[in-house]
Parts: sequence; structure tokens; C-alpha cells
Amino acid sequence: MPKKTYRQAINEAIASEMRRDHRVIVMGEDNAGGAGAPGEKDAWGGVLGVTKGLQPEFGPERVLDTPISESAFIGAAAGAAATGLRPVAELMFVDFMGVCFDQIFNQAAKFRYMFGGKAVTPLVIRTMYGAGLRAASQHSQCLYPLFTHIPGLKVVLPSSPYEAKGLMIQAIRDDDPVIFFEHKALYDETGDVPDESYTIPFGEANITRDGGDLTIVAFGRMVGLANQAADELKREGIAATVIDPRTTSPLDTESILDSVRETGRLVVVDEAHPRCSMAADVARLVAEEAFKHLKAPIKTVTAPHTPVPFSPALEDLYIPNLARILEAARAAARG
Amino acid sequence: MSEIQPIVMPKWGLSMEEGTLTAWLVKEGDEIAKGQEIADIESTKIANAFESPKGGLVRRLAAKVGDTLPVGALLAVLAPASTPEAEIDAFVGGFAVAEAADDQQGGGISEVRFAHRGRAVAYKVAGGHHVGIPVVLVHGFGGDSDNWLFNIEALAAGRPVYAIDLPGHGKSEKTIERGDVDELADAVVALMDEVGANRAHLVGHSLGAAAAFEALSRHPERVASIAGLAPAGLSDTVNGEFVDAFVAAEKRKDVRAALQKLFADPELVSAAMIEGVQKFKRLEGAQAALKTIAAAALPEGRQARSYRAVVDKRHAPTLVVWGTKDVILNPEAVHGLPEYVEIVRLDDVGHMPHMEAASRVNEALARHFARAES
Repeated sequence: MPKKTYRQAINEAIASEMRRDHRVIVMGEDNAGGAGAPGEKDAWGGVLGVTKGLQPEFGPERVLDTPISESAFIGAAAGAAATGLRPVAELMFVDFMGVCFDQIFNQAAKFRYMFGGKAVTPLVIRTMYGAGLRAASQHSQCLYPLFTHIPGLKVVLPSSPYEAKGLMIQAIRDDDPVIFFEHKALYDETGDVPDESYTIPFGEANITRDGGDLTIVAFGRMVGLANQAADELKREGIAATVIDPRTTSPLDTESILDSVRETGRLVVVDEAHPRCSMAADVARLVAEEAFKHLKAPIKTVTAPHTPVPFSPALEDLYIPNLARILEAARAAARG
Repeated sequence: MSEIQPIVMPKWGLSMEEGTLTAWLVKEGDEIAKGQEIADIESTKIANAFESPKGGLVRRLAAKVGDTLPVGALLAVLAPASTPEAEIDAFVGGFAVAEAADDQQGGGISEVRFAHRGRAVAYKVAGGHHVGIPVVLVHGFGGDSDNWLFNIEALAAGRPVYAIDLPGHGKSEKTIERGDVDELADAVVALMDEVGANRAHLVGHSLGAAAAFEALSRHPERVASIAGLAPAGLSDTVNGEFVDAFVAAEKRKDVRAALQKLFADPELVSAAMIEGVQKFKRLEGAQAALKTIAAAALPEGRQARSYRAVVDKRHAPTLVVWGTKDVILNPEAVHGLPEYVEIVRLDDVGHMPHMEAASRVNEALARHFARAES
């Protein structure tokens, strides 16, 4: 199977859907590159190059550069979705959601509900998240728990190039607003990605490692670290299952509960802050639904409750790492 | 030194680079037979019992349970009781993975696609540089060429082996015209033309065996021998519930439940195997292709074609291998086959004998090819 990067996988998914459905459009800051100005067309393809090549193929009517005004273009995208297009809008860094949160959570997320099911909002908001790129506290957060909290939004966290393509095609074909989280440290990761079109359904977890002693639930970029941890634990005689939920809303609670009922031990790995996070959410779920199967206290591995540090030394300490996952897993396995 | 034989980490499938030894099923001092299950090994894709490629006295277990080792790394040493310990020590100490790699047959597997009636058909080839009569492997309904991961290199001793992805399956295009056995057989014959195989040994599994029988009936002069593993085409019925459940399954639980019916030991169905089937079924057109083929070739619990009359014509040496625990196609179908057909029944094996009892199947096939060529 051909090897592609996470970035290429997302680009390929958008391009193939644009070929398939003329209603799919792309908009965002520098997505076209140079539009409305004498600069070079297709100069960037978004700040990290994900949409590069779309403007030359699909033209300026379907690949739009927007002003640096998230409140305006995210609102415009929501309106375009409500009136028949299928926009893929890029909110460059999820950290910028503050200025357009009304458009997302009080408008787009509510249209279907407020109009008695008669309105659909096939909107995709692509957004970058995550620490590790020395981009400081205003460009490095993992804000997916905030969106997961809002009914009416679907929240997607692809952990690999294969997941990224299938989940993006699913997101574009979905009739509800989807927030599509791209970890900036994953863009150059490579993996097997079919050339053909395919969709991965929302709310179906992937089991990336299979073991009966311990369950590790990990999100987004943390899935790769959890897999490394499971491989290391296996050498120590601990067989861990690793669950990648792929989407936080909807969440595949069944796969998580089935596994914990078998293993009795749970570690949740989440790059977000610990309070009101996916780690907290999954721990709550298991405590409520599978308490009697637990053989040890639930362990969570998260970032601390602090802004993402700009100091490289501190940023490296901030992000959950292999050593901390292993420590939590060993404690859960012993306890 | 030449009496000392290494047993090394096997390579199961193209992508396997290393494996983890999860259990030893033999101990030092045991006399083992070729084909005996000697260890449990897991890769990221698959967990299975490892059947020894050689027989002899186990003098040393060089790998420990829990070790993750590259393909070709030393697992155990076989040698006669008369070989001194010091020589075994020297052998283990001087063993390099590269030596083991040279010892492996086949020289690797490559993937190729060709155009057949306007659509791409994919196949794998092992031992392509060999000059013997080639083998063509034809997988069953819903499978692909990866089903032969325990066989393709072992069978490539002195002959090329081609494993097709039937139309609608694996890496072949998902466009299907009618979905009947004729269409599948067309692709098998096209592959033989494509690789310049005037004659070949055909090996088909399940519905792939029906496609092989169809090819045999059209071109008996091009078939050196034919082997059916849990073959379709010899009885009227198929487990229709399985076919329907496999076609409909999308969620992991449903895929797992369907796949577990294929094996006598359901533990062989790993998370990676399930995800592999899901990845295939998610591809645009795959589900529709399966539906079309099921409706045309395996409608409502029946098999649309019988090839008993073709077998009765005795066109070519014929081998039938069947697991006694097969719940998809009834192994009782071997009754009443003509005398010349060799029948191998495998106890405690399900519908996937080439995966569940790989080395016994490989040996039976190697003997069958040799007999056909003698």
C-alpha cells in the first residue's frame, strides 16, 4: 500500500471529495495563497501546507482566502453550510476559537435542533492543536474537550494518516458540523493509505493493541505513544489493549467498557489539561458503568493544569511522554 | 558444524519485520518433527503457532519468552545428541541474522498490478526468478492474497508463486460485472497470460477453488495440477448465514464474530486481522462488490455452480484438503469423489486450513506438485 504523510492524507481526502461533489469548498487564512493580492497563487496552502495544490485544481471560486477574522469566516462557513454548500473551513490554530465560539457552539451546533430537524449544517472546521512545536501557550493547546462538551458538534481526532483520510471523507459527507483536529506534530508522520476513497464511521474505536491485562485509552497524538508503551509493557509481561476512540463525540463507550470489563485496569492518556478533559470523562464513564470490574484505581496521564510553556525544557516536561505512560500502566497493573 | 541447524524467526507477510516469542511449546532435549508446533509467535499483525520448518533434537532455546526479535533471528538450535555443547555455544555466539536471511527461500515477495478488461488486477509474486512450473494461488470470497502469508514463500521452492487478488478484493479494483465464478476465473486465466504461464499448478481456497475448477474446465491443457482447500464447487450448499453476516458486517464486533466462524480456534482472530478486513470493506465499492459476488455465486445458502462433472473428467492430478471443523463448507462433500483424487482431512481445523495448519498444507501441496510433475 502506498505510504503517505498525515498532511497528504488530509489533502487527498479533501481533493477527492471536491472532485466528487461540487458543493465542497475550502476557505481559510492563506488556504489559496495570494488571492486578492498580487502575490503568488497557491503560495502556502494554509500555514502548514495542508491545502496546497487545491487552488490550482479547483480555482478561486472553490478555494477561498479569507481575512484574518475568524468570527467572520467561520460564521460565513456555517451560513454557507446551512444554505447548501459543504464548506471545509480552516481555523488555523484551535487556540483562536475564542473569537468565533458563538458562531460554532451557539449557531452551527444548534441549527438542526432549533429548526426542528429541518436544517442540516454540513460544515467541517479543520483546526490544528497540540504542543511540541515551540509555539508557546497561545498556539499549542488541546481544546477538543471544550467542543466535545457541546451537543450538536462532532469531534474527530485522527491519530494516523490512514485515520486522517477516512475520517476527513466521512466528515465532509456528514450532515452535522464536525470539528476536525489535526495535531501539528503528526503532519510528517507516514503510514499506509489506500489510493481509493474510503470512510471511517464516527463513534467506532480502533483497537491498536490487543491484550488482556490492562486497557489504555489514548487520544490523537497520544495513540502512537500508547502503542509504544504497550510494546514495551509486553516485554515486561504485561499485555495491554490500546483503544483509539478516533472521535470524542460521538464516543465509542461500548468498546472502552467491554475492554475494561475484561482487563479490570484502565489508563487514560490525554494531551489536554486534566480538569474536564477526555481523561476525566472516560474515568467517569468507567467508574459509573464498570466499577465492579475494576481491580485497581484508574490512572490518567495528562498535561498539567498550566498554560503550555514556551521554555523548550518545560514544554518537553509538559507533554505526556512514554515514561509517564509506562509508570501509570505499571501502577495500574500492580494495584 | 553442518549437523547444527538453526530455527529462526519466520516472516509472516510482507510487512513483518520482527516478532515476539510469547510461548515455547517444546523444551531443550525434545525430539521434534518437521511441522510440529514449537512456539507461539506474535507480530503486530498476527498471532499464531509456529510450526517448525525442520525436525531434530532441540539442543538450545536461544530466545526467551517475551523477546521481540527481527525476522531471521535465531530462536532455537537443532543438533544430534553427539554434538558437543561447546560447538552449540560457538554456533549461537557466531550466528548472524543475515545468514538466516540467506537460508530463507523465495527471495522476497513483490506486489504487481496489471490491467484486465479495463480494470486493475493485483497479485503478489514470490520466487519470480525460478524456472519451475508456477503455482497460482486463488483466495476465497472476501479474502485476498494476504491469506497466503504462511504459504507463499514456502511454496516458492524452485518455482514462482503468484497469488491473485480476485476482482473486487484486496488491491484489485472493486468494479464487478456479474460477480459469478466465470468472471473470477477470467481473472485467474488473465493472470496466467500476464505472467506468461502456459501451464500452472492451480491452488484455490473456498470460492477461489470454484474459480480454479472453472479455469481447468476451459483450459485443461494449461493446468499441471489442481488443489482445492475447503473448496467450493463440490456440493450444493454453503453456510448462507455466514455469507450474509460477513457481507453485512461493518462494526468490529460483527466482523470478529464472522471471522471467528472461519477458524476452529477463534483465538486466531486478532484485532489486526479484524481491522484488516474492515479496511478492505471501507473502500469505496468493496461492499457492493461482495454483495454482487455473493448474489451471483453463493445465493441464499446455495452454490451456483457444481464442478463435480469437471473433476470426474480427470483432467489433472487433484488434491482436496479439508478441515474437519469447517462450518462454512461441509467437509462431507468429499464423499463420492473419484478414486484418483487425493484427499487430506485435517482434524481440528476450520475453513482456513492454509492459515490454521500451514505447514501441513504446504507439505501436502509440495508432494502433490512433485507427483504431478513426475
